[in-house]
Amino acid sequence: MKKVIMGNHALSWGAQLGRAQVIAAYPITPQTQVVELLSEMCASGALDAKFIKVESEHSAMAACIAASLAGARTFTATSAQGLTLMHELLHWASGGRMPVVMGNINRAMAPGWSIWADQNDSLSQRDTGWIQFYCSSNQEVLDMVIQAFKVSEALLIPSMVVLDAFAISHTYEVVDIPDQDKVDSYLPPFNPPVRLTPSDPHAFGGLTSPEHYFELRYKLQKDMEKVPALVEETGREYEKLFGRYLGQVENYRCDDADLIFVSSGTAGYTARVAVDELREAGIKAGNLRIKLFRPFPFEKVRQILIKAKKVAVVDRNISYGHGGIFYQEVKSALYGYDHNLPVFGFITGLGGRDVTPGTFKEIAQHALAKEKAEEDIIWVGVKR
Amino acid sequence: MVEIRFHGRGGQGTVVASKVLADALAKEGNYVQAYPEFGVERRGAPVFAFIRIDDKPIYDKSRIYEPDHVVVVDPTLVEAIDVTEGLKDGGVIIINSDKKPEEFKIYKIFRVATVNATGIAVKHKLGTLVAPIVNTAIVGGVVKILNLTKLESLLAAIKEGVPLKPEANMAAAKEAYEKAEKVL
Repeated sequence: MKKVIMGNHALSWGAQLGRAQVIAAYPITPQTQVVELLSEMCASGALDAKFIKVESEHSAMAACIAASLAGARTFTATSAQGLTLMHELLHWASGGRMPVVMGNINRAMAPGWSIWADQNDSLSQRDTGWIQFYCSSNQEVLDMVIQAFKVSEALLIPSMVVLDAFAISHTYEVVDIPDQDKVDSYLPPFNPPVRLTPSDPHAFGGLTSPEHYFELRYKLQKDMEKVPALVEETGREYEKLFGRYLGQVENYRCDDADLIFVSSGTAGYTARVAVDELREAGIKAGNLRIKLFRPFPFEKVRQILIKAKKVAVVDRNISYGHGGIFYQEVKSALYGYDHNLPVFGFITGLGGRDVTPGTFKEIAQHALAKEKAEEDIIWVGVKR
Repeated sequence: MVEIRFHGRGGQGTVVASKVLADALAKEGNYVQAYPEFGVERRGAPVFAFIRIDDKPIYDKSRIYEPDHVVVVDPTLVEAIDVTEGLKDGGVIIINSDKKPEEFKIYKIFRVATVNATGIAVKHKLGTLVAPIVNTAIVGGVVKILNLTKLESLLAAIKEGVPLKPEANMAAAKEAYEKAEKVL
């Protein structure tokens, strides 16, 4: 069934089709419609789930963790200040191996008070042990939520499905809403090996001595390492059923490209328009869109970039004192493999400043004019 | 690709207008992208909504700066702001007004069309006399003037997507479609 829906509702539909059983969430702009529709779905019976109203995002994640521990498929959504308020519990969810799935609308962190898109909220949760998927369209948001349940529950690692404020959250697009039966065949009910239940009592999250803690972390990392292969597999299975492949990255015209952009989120789609226009002007450009950020798809990224003459990483985020966060990842993916490939790091679009095809063309112009990067951060579109 | 910008005031249903139009276009197999102004809306303040239409998937996620056409939902905006900002040469300005297109002589390089959406909305008792809800009427005019969809697709979209008074809204859209003053 094709329907024109806003990106926020694509998250709600994903949770409904995924048959989430417990939803605990706190509203925040620009996420509010996700929760509004989910609460309506729960009230009408369209979604057979317990909707838990909470007084903060910290409590929302706490409720999700407890529900997940009891064996329920759980979903929540938040943004910016809400996500960072959850920070402590993000570690708790991954460390306790509760496969919660959460939508996060990328919104710039305050102050200055902002409701517009950039990626610093989710990327500052990079080291919490969550899988992170970045989406570029409403369709991808819906599909990604369904796949995230499958990946998360197979490995008992929580997932964040990330989308840009407004450019996805409040934008209406045509979305193909899959049949429930087909989704059910793709995503079986959540059945964790151990759960919190009075009939078979266990203690969870207790004091863990130096004798055991280290191994818990080792195991979390070992399972994280399984994500890329699993994302390939579940992506192909999804493609067979629904005709759309999700995967770790999108390779757009990279195979013969001299200059490859590395981008993500909605900028990762806008980049395609610039690639086409550059090619018409005789410049062999390509775009590598990162969909899976944690774990970082090192192998895929390396395979695709190694053939380029130049790489331009476009970051809508900043790690203060270092530079663009995807830039760091891309450089570490290439380190030891090709020391001569020039990799340029561009920062643009912070706090919702628009990223247009023109932004990418300006980036291309810079990268094509220089032999190699002369500075760690190349600022695009900043007033100074 | 066709890009249209809607000008209205907060509370008039400008965003709903673009959503209803998107629904109608999607029914005919088009790819659409409709979005409100990125930010916070205030009742009575000038607001925008945007729509991109194409026969292939739309990858450009940046904002629309140079629309092909503009729709002025609130006629008082014609004097309050520059509704032609970025409008492409030869673009159509569709104004909610009971005047004839000829009376808007200020727009020399653009084409003007009018639709009396306010009058039609009042007639069909949509909203109140002071604050009529004009969105379905204006979209009826837009669809006709720009030849975007069949009337039936628009009526079906309104039936499915407008929760309050769907019949009256459909009647308003139909009347606007039939009465829209064509482009100069």
